[in-house]
Amino acid sequence: MPELPFHTAGPYVAAAYIVFVALILLYVAIMAGKLSRIERELGELTELAAARRQGSREDVGGEQ
Amino acid sequence: MYGKRLRGLALTTTALLTLTLVAVFFWAPNDATLGFLQKIFYIHVPLAIITLSGFIAGGVMAIQHLRSGDSRWDLRSYVAIHISLVFGVGVLITGSIWARAAWGHWWVWSEPTLVSFLLVMLLYATYQPLRFAIEDPERQARAASVFAIVAGVFVPICFTIVRLSTAYVHPRTLDDVSGNLPGRMQVVFWLSLASVALLWLLLWRYEMTSKNASAQLRRLRQLLSEDDELPPPLRRSAAPSVGAPEMVGR
Repeated sequence: MPELPFHTAGPYVAAAYIVFVALILLYVAIMAGKLSRIERELGELTELAAARRQGSREDVGGEQ
Repeated sequence: MYGKRLRGLALTTTALLTLTLVAVFFWAPNDATLGFLQKIFYIHVPLAIITLSGFIAGGVMAIQHLRSGDSRWDLRSYVAIHISLVFGVGVLITGSIWARAAWGHWWVWSEPTLVSFLLVMLLYATYQPLRFAIEDPERQARAASVFAIVAGVFVPICFTIVRLSTAYVHPRTLDDVSGNLPGRMQVVFWLSLASVALLWLLLWRYEMTSKNASAQLRRLRQLLSEDDELPPPLRRSAAPSVGAPEMVGR
């Protein structure tokens, strides 16, 4: 099999490595979505904890 | 805690991948036969080796799950197979690009290595639907583990049969008879293999950290709920249930 010239082989090699990088980036993008969901849920739980703390303080204040 | 030392692993992987790319394009000599096209080899072959190793690792983790009954091993096995499937897609695409350039065809059905790899991928493509088909989490985990073990055994058998078959045109990578790599090429190949292995490990731990964080959040939601009510049931999923309290903090 004759050696392919650089201008012919180059695009194929570039395409293979772009596929590799694109797969990693796609995976990072999916993980970024998951991280956003975790952050949102954590925010909700923080608000919930803050609200419960506020509620318990008001209860103590009312009893006094 | 899977997130421990994750930053160090990420930095090491990035550094090694960068070094590998520099070595591939600026240090490794061009192949005498394929010329510049052979550079695809440094990404395609390590991806294939790590994909198959990942499938086997998933099987080993599944054995641990069945032996111990610990659901964390099921999760580890699931993530290992999941990451390997992603890598496997990369192998098929880069392999097709290489085949098109070298042989003039995107796919060669008479080539045992290509077809056997496709068979392995098709086999593992049924893993997620299998999990999704079983609603009960415990039954799902057991069935998935049995599948992972059987399929994990199939991988080396398939690989060996292809190696033993005589009529092949696929270049051999680690063979003393043909296709043995000269000095610099071999160094770059091992470097590339180490990089891809580290990348697999990084993504595995990344995914495990994410799933563990989700499990802990779910547990926290349960602890913070007003009347100790159980959190709403997880929607049906192919992924192992990550709300199991026993996972938290481990």
